[in-house]
Formats: sequence, structure tokens, C-alpha cells
Amino acid sequence: MKHLLSIDELTADDLRDVLRITPSFAEVAQRRISKVPALRGQTVALLFYEDSTRTRLSFEIAAKRLSADTLNVSVKTSSVNKGESLRDTAETIEAMGIDAVVVRHRSSGVPWQLTKWLDASVINAGDGWHQHPTQALLDCFTLQQQLGDLSGSHIVMVGDIKHSRVARSDVQALTMLGAEVTLVAPPTLLPPAIASWPVRASHDLDASLRDADAVYLLRMQSERQHEALVPDLREYTTRYGLTAARAAALEPKVPILHPGPMNRGVEIAADVPDLDQVVVVDQVRNGVAVRMAVLFLLLGSGSEQAMPDEVATAGATR
Amino acid sequence: MSALLIRGGTVVDANGTGVRDVGVADGVIVAPDAVPGSATVIDAADCVVSTGLVDLHAHMGEPGDEAAETMLTGGRAAVLGGFTTVLAMPDTWPRVDTAAVVEHVRMLAKAALCHVEVAGCITVDSAGTHLAPLGELADVGVQFVTDCGAGIQNPLLMRRVLEYAKPFGITVAQPANCLELSVGAQMNEGEWSSRLGLAGAPAEAEEIMVMRDISLARLTGARLHFQTLSTAGSFAIVSAAQRSGVRVSAEVASHHLALSDADLAAYDTCRKVEPPLRDSSDTVAACEGVASGLIDCVVSDHTPQTTDRKERPFDHAEPGSVGLETALAVALTREIDITHVLRAMSWRPAELLGLGSPTQRTISPGAQADITIIDPHERFSVSTRTQATAGTNSAFEGAELRGRVRSTIVAGRVVVQDGQVTP
Amino acid sequence: MGERERRGAPPYGGSFVSRAQVMDVDQIRRAVKRMAHEIVERNGGLDGLVIVGLQTGGVEPAIHLVEALDTIEGVRVPLGTVDVAFHRDDIGLRPVLPEAPTDIPIELDARTVVLVDDVLFTGRTVRAALDALQDFGRPRAVQLAVMVDRGHRELPIRADYVGKNLPTARTEAVAVTMNSVDIGEMVK
Repeated sequence: MKHLLSIDELTADDLRDVLRITPSFAEVAQRRISKVPALRGQTVALLFYEDSTRTRLSFEIAAKRLSADTLNVSVKTSSVNKGESLRDTAETIEAMGIDAVVVRHRSSGVPWQLTKWLDASVINAGDGWHQHPTQALLDCFTLQQQLGDLSGSHIVMVGDIKHSRVARSDVQALTMLGAEVTLVAPPTLLPPAIASWPVRASHDLDASLRDADAVYLLRMQSERQHEALVPDLREYTTRYGLTAARAAALEPKVPILHPGPMNRGVEIAADVPDLDQVVVVDQVRNGVAVRMAVLFLLLGSGSEQAMPDEVATAGATR
Repeated sequence: MSALLIRGGTVVDANGTGVRDVGVADGVIVAPDAVPGSATVIDAADCVVSTGLVDLHAHMGEPGDEAAETMLTGGRAAVLGGFTTVLAMPDTWPRVDTAAVVEHVRMLAKAALCHVEVAGCITVDSAGTHLAPLGELADVGVQFVTDCGAGIQNPLLMRRVLEYAKPFGITVAQPANCLELSVGAQMNEGEWSSRLGLAGAPAEAEEIMVMRDISLARLTGARLHFQTLSTAGSFAIVSAAQRSGVRVSAEVASHHLALSDADLAAYDTCRKVEPPLRDSSDTVAACEGVASGLIDCVVSDHTPQTTDRKERPFDHAEPGSVGLETALAVALTREIDITHVLRAMSWRPAELLGLGSPTQRTISPGAQADITIIDPHERFSVSTRTQATAGTNSAFEGAELRGRVRSTIVAGRVVVQDGQVTP
Repeated sequence: MGERERRGAPPYGGSFVSRAQVMDVDQIRRAVKRMAHEIVERNGGLDGLVIVGLQTGGVEPAIHLVEALDTIEGVRVPLGTVDVAFHRDDIGLRPVLPEAPTDIPIELDARTVVLVDDVLFTGRTVRAALDALQDFGRPRAVQLAVMVDRGHRELPIRADYVGKNLPTARTEAVAVTMNSVDIGEMVK
């Protein structure tokens, strides 16, 4: 595995392998010295065109815990540079001898374009509306912690699915692991050709929550009410928000997830995040471990060769 | 200029198909035995000999965007692609909205190896507000007007244009796109736009405009030409209108014969075109439309871009693909019978440009010697590095195509021989 | 199996084919018992001792040693496991993944750690284990117990307690379970 660009480029086995080795990386954080030399001497560049403290820090900590050096490439995000040649930035980074680039960009497809001009490994930290593979991995890991084997479990995802890279990645990962996914949104916030997605689509949140094993809330941006996609946020919250009443109607064992940052009062009522069943803190903690696993797989495990099969075979003969 | 004797080729024109020799002298076609003994012999065995290809839709770069293409480089690309005439689009800087600019472009076009017809704008500066002086343009020989880009969005303005242009006998052409329905769109709306996380334009954005303008053409009794249609729905609407007597013609870009939105999976910006690549069923409908004649012309929609405009995030890349050097091969590779291809790329576009009806433009003595000699079996790999166009953006980069131009003769002069521009 | 076996395996895999059995289940049991006695004698008892098995080959031997020590002294020595995947010096040269999370249940400060592995070969795995242990404290001493020492050291590492000394050729492979020790080779 040279790059991690999207979930649909992984097989179900690849997915399971990442989840299987993540606990080893979570353990590193518990050590007195929570740092291992696995990626010593390697450099990971963080190329974040979109502001994102949470994800960038998560990758940074992950890299540092593996003893890699990190490089924050600050990219001016003024509109003047919107059309700036991607290739120039890529070639500058390449010239500095970087081993991996973690990239987040508001335009779909940028990580694929970068692989054309970079020898380094490319990790997609979110491209436009398209994919956010490490988010999907940490979400699956968190759900497995809560629910065990996800096969047959019913996950309800609510919010602006149309513009959500988290939704696209999570739907692919969850269905690969055998879960059943229901997407709940007003028709204007569902993607086109939704029938081609391996999900159920619904406009009735209350009905969907009745048999949900887990609830995943997506952020609802206030800009959407100005694009004739929803009349206003108030109507959105009434019909699609996790109000205090809806949260109370859920069984306490049903975990509630959110990719963050939360818009309290919109997709989630102000007091609901304090409930025990909201596992956002676990998601963040797991995010570091999952990203360590990904960095290790791409840079540390000699995986220029096809990875898991050979190792599995070697292990079996011991 | 020496006389020519084209020997042993399969001549395909509106009169029929047959193996015969063709003579050229003083810029016109003559009987093969009327050619002097000193004539240069061109061996056309196993090749098709056709009237020169005519491209109704090419962006030649000059004036204004010389970094992307000039009449010189674009002209070379045209003749290498078998085109003896191209219609240069008016979305230049300055726009072709006065007779003076028309003359200027004609002067620049002398550098091109092919004939260049100049299209004019419909509105001043293609701004969609004031009519350009269509009468003045017609007086200097402009046959074809279009605003390119968004076309005419305002229905009242379109009605006025169709009415006003009627007596001049010029063709009003419209790219069909309802801007509001395709706002922010980067590709076709469908399963693939959903998967790739890009805003899409539904087929209806094109089809609604086609329906609207056909109604206006019917209302005004005017003649209308649709540029670069891309959906099966559009073709069906045009077909029905033609059958009911509305004077409407349509063209399809060669990339819409072969590529679909699935081909954008790798976010290749060279495949970002307008109108966007559609569903694969639309490419099938396009090929069938060309074969049946319901689609009048196959065009290149040659749109050269400089590299920096394409090496951007997909949603910021400029749209367009070059096409002069691959259009013919794409049509042949899609297994459309060569007779239909030649009708769509030579006889019919010539007719629409006022260069003579198919029966007038044939390989017969007295006709102007614009001839394309094609090897329909030769395969080649597409590489913009070796193409004559200055543009580096081909939607077919790396593709294997079949059907190569051996020779191109413009007004009796051999400009391409053995697949190379003659020095 | 030492990492040399894994590295030599064509390519990074294949299966072990035995040529000869070197120890049977009884011989193994006696060797474990003897090593347990040696540990008690050398350390004057089991005070402050921790047994740490290297993932994955050293885990079973470690468990058996803890049992044997319990039988002798009636004391259950704390048991941990360590995965050295993150500390290897050949990272990037061939595929290596963590096998299971490291689990050291107590602070190692001032304790005596007995590292346990199945085969001692080049010594690189043990060096990585010494490195990994540093993250858990500063032991007073680290000793090494192995079921089989097959020679060909590439680093200055030696075992304190050896189940069996087994001279081998580099191209040979050694497989250790708690029921049998075999010498043979890796085939694809």
C-alpha cells in the first residue's frame, strides 16, 4: 500500500488489517514514554489547504509518536491562490525529500492529482465532498469498540450527506464490514443517484432511530440555508436534529458519533454532547491510533510489497 | 505547384464509393488522364480518398490566447487531422463582433495551412445584451454566428436574434445549456458525480435549452444549429423537430462519441469539458445518431489550454480538450462506417458552411482540390508531446486509436504527406 | 522462530518443512524446569522479578516458565508481553506488522526483567526488545532466557538461560513449539 486515498481503493481485508493492528498503536499512548522509533528519520509533510486544527493535530501527534519528523506546509488560502498550480507546490515538497504528504483540500480529487507529481506516499485527509478515509477508519474502530462485530448492525447517519466526504467514506467502510446503513436527510441534501449507493435513504429521522444500533450526526453548515437547500436551520433542526427529546428516546447503549466540530443547537441539541453515550472523545483518541497505524503501514512496514498476505503467512509458520 | 496523380485509392464521396485514380492540377480536381506526366504520384492503395474534412467548431487561439495556440500551430494540427477547412470560433480577444475584427482574423489566418472560415458573435462582446451588427458581418462573408460559452440565455433575445438574422441567410448557432440548472457543475450529474464528490449538471440542463430554442425556431421560421450536443435526450428532441419540419441542425464533439463520466474517475482535468462527458449510453446514442444522419456533424471542439490552466484542482481547471488531430480517428475507432463519418465530417459541414451541397462537393473534375487521404486501419497512440497543437490537454492522451491521415491536400497543394506536415 | 527465518523465507513467507526433531515434549519440559531452577539460583529467589515474553514466539515459553517458577517457589511472577515491531532496525526493508499490543502490567523500575524468546539467532530481536523496555521504566537488570540458541550472532548479545544449544547453518530454519523443536528449512 503506497497511498491511502479513499476507502473504495481498499479491500475488506485491508480494512480489517488496519483495524486489527490499531490497538497496538493505542497502547503506545499509555506508555510512560509514548514514543516508538518506528518511523525515525522519515518526514511527513502536512499540507492543509483547509483549516482543520483537529485533524492536522491528530496526524501530527501520530507521526511524532512514531518518531517521524513533521513539516507544516502553510498554504495561503486567499482566493488569489485558488487557481495556483498544484504541481508547483507538489514539486517544492518533493525537492525537500519528504516521505509522506498528508493533504486536505476543499477540491475533490486533489490527492489523486498529487500522486502524479510526487514520489512520496500520499494520505488523503479530506478532499472536497469526496473522501476522508482516516475518519472512516477511526469511526469503524470506535463503533467496533462499542458494538463488537459490525456485521448486521444498523447505523443511522443524519445530515448533509450530499456535501459530506465523511458520509461517502463511512458508507463504503461500514458496508464493507457488513453493517446496514440508513442515510437520513431532506431530499435536497441527499446526493444524486442515491439509489446506486448500498444504503437505505429516509426522510423520517424518528422512524429510523427506532431500530438504530448507532447514530452518526453530520455537521450542518449554516451556508446551506442560503442555497435553497433547506428553508432555514430552525426547520432543519426540528426535522433532522438530534434534539434532547430524540436523544432521550434512544436506548443508553446506542452510541452517538460526530466527526466534529459540532454545531450545538443545529444538528445536535446543546446539552446532548454531555451524555455518556456520545463517544466523540473516543473518536478523537482513536483517531490518533488509527493514523499511527496508517502511517506505519505506508512508511514503516516495508509495504512496498503487497503487505498483509506475506506477513500473515510468515506468522502462521512460527 | 505541381500537378498530382492520386493512384489506386478508394474514393468515397456523396456520389458513391469506388476505386479510381484522381488528378489534381492548378488547384482543382481534373480527370486522371488529363494530368501531365511530370505530376507527383501519390500512392493511395488501401486508403480512402475523400473531399477535405470540414470542422465546424475549432478554437484557434489567435487573436488573444497565443500561448495556447496560434493560427500556425492550429493550422498544422488541423491538416494533420485531415481538415482542409476549419470554422474558427469567435470567442477570441477581441471577440469577432465587427467587420474589422473579421478582417483582422482573416489576415492572421493566412498563416494557417488550411482554409479558415471566421465565425462571428451574436451579441456585442458575447455579453448577451446587445445584438452584434449581423448585417455587417454577413456583408463581409460571415456565414455562422455563435456567442459560444453560455450562448444566449435570455429567451426574448434569442427570439429577436432568430428573427433578425433570417434575411441574411447566416446560421445562428447555440451551445445548449441552461446556466441556472448547471450552476457550479464540474461534470455530468449522476452516479459518478455522486461518487466523485463533484457538483454535476443534469442532462436536462442541456435538453431544456434544446427544447426552448427549437420552439423559438419553429415560432420564427428561422434556421438554427446546436453546437456540441451531448445527451441522448437532446438527439431525440432534435430528431423529432427535424421530422416535423423545423430547420434545425446539430453537431456532436468527437469526445462525446467515445468518453463518458466514468472516465473521470482519476480526476484527469484534460477530460473536463463543456458540455461534460455524459453517461456511456449517451455515447452510444451519439454514435448511432452520426450513423443515421440525425446528427449532422462531428466536430473537434478543439479547445487548447496552457498547462498551468489544467494543473489545478479539478474544480478550478479550465475546461476543454484539443481535438483536431484525433477527431477523425475517434469516430473511426468507434466503428462508425466511414461513409457516415465522411458525411458528418466533410459533406454536411461543408453544406452548412455554404461551401456547396454534397453533390457539388465531390471528387469530380472542376471541384476545388481539397482532399483528404485516410488509412482507416493504421493504429497510433495519442501523445500531445508529438502533436502539432500547442495545447497539451488531450482527453485521449495515451489512447490507442485507429485511422490515420496519410495526406491532406489544400487547394491543390500537398500540406501533409505520409502523416507529416510538408516543409 | 528468529527473524532470520522470516527474512530468509522465500519471499517473506512460505512454510517450514522439518528435517529432524531435535527436542521432544519431555526434553522441552525438563529444559524449562532446569531454566526455572537456574533463574531462582542466579537471582537468589524471585523477589522483584518480571517475566516478559517476546511476541509471538516467546509468549508460550514465558507462560511455561512462570508456571515452573510457581511450582518451585510457590510464587506467581508477574508476566508481560512485548511486541518489538516498532523498534526493529530493519523497518522498511520487509513487511512487519505488530502482532498484538504490548502488555507490561507493572512499572519496571528497579526490577529484574527476564526476557523470554523461543530462538536466539542474530540477536536483533532482543536488541529491539531492550529498546522497547526502556519505554516502561528503568529495570535494575535484564536477563535473557531462550529455548534454543542457534548461533550466528550479529550483535554482542548472549543468553543467560538456554534450553538447548543448537549449531545450525545460516540457511537452515528452526521451529519451536512447546511440544517439539525441529530443524529444517523454509519452502514456498
